[in-house]
Amino acid sequence: MKAWLALLRPGDWLVMAVGLAGVGVSFPLLWHGGTAELAVVKRDGTVVAELPLTAPRRFDVSGPLGNTVIEIQPGRARVASDPGPRQYCVLQGWLTRPNSIAICAPNHVSLALAGREGSHDSLSY
Amino acid sequence: MTASVTKPRPGGGEDNAAAPVIELTVTAADRRVARYAAAAIVLTIAEAALPSPLPGVKPGLANIVTLIVLWRHGWREAVWVTLLRVLAGSLLVGQFLAPGFFLSLTGALLSLAVLALAAWLPRRAFGPVSLSLLAAFAHIAGQLLLVRLWLVPHDGVFHLAPVFASAALVFGIVNGLIAAKILEENKS
Repeated sequence: MKAWLALLRPGDWLVMAVGLAGVGVSFPLLWHGGTAELAVVKRDGTVVAELPLTAPRRFDVSGPLGNTVIEIQPGRARVASDPGPRQYCVLQGWLTRPNSIAICAPNHVSLALAGREGSHDSLSY
Repeated sequence: MTASVTKPRPGGGEDNAAAPVIELTVTAADRRVARYAAAAIVLTIAEAALPSPLPGVKPGLANIVTLIVLWRHGWREAVWVTLLRVLAGSLLVGQFLAPGFFLSLTGALLSLAVLALAAWLPRRAFGPVSLSLLAAFAHIAGQLLLVRLWLVPHDGVFHLAPVFASAALVFGIVNGLIAAKILEENKS
């Protein structure tokens, strides 16, 4: 170990520190990807509202079972309440990333977040 | 390598005079480049046999050879060795002109460009580990850019950047230490 450390020169430590810091900084910045900018609310597959994720507000959508309430806050959105029996879309909680989606199937309502480019919903190799 | 066309031998017959002989003079540098490139190709092939958790994350052991050549014989020979390794290595692994070939070529070219600048750093302060790290980051940056521009035209690929950068950090340091060790033990 000591023999290996002796191979490092002062500048090497500097480069390693800068590299490590760069990698550390890149994690939160890039891991989250783009930011979500728009909540797209659909009923029966047709868009009923496109709400910018800038100011807090609540939005009601009426479906066959009753009202689904969408709650918007800066940078995130959720289904606050839904008349569906199993509450999957409510339990999903806050959506923050582009292309994430909460579907309230019984009430025919979906809430999806869109970023600047919404063309892909998955990538595979 | 230098090619020279020798004049027809003076004592030769008529038909000899019509065919000039092309002689390839092999210099010591040529032999050196060939030897280093062969070592790098062996490492490339050995590495291709290793399973990788994520496409693109590889130790890049052949870069040790590039570093040693750069350190001992300068940037020009390092370029030769690296490009020969990319070409012959891809031919042997069966990746020639496949996406993997262009990825390693782009990575190699960008890291050579960075090494051309890094070679000016004072050696007293910056050893092979610095060069190795800079080359590793350049390598991964080049590959990510090519992937973004060509293979996966979506910013989603940059989500993987931290993973690649971490791999570059770890393998850059390890390869640099190995190169430094080899250089230290074989001082000439």
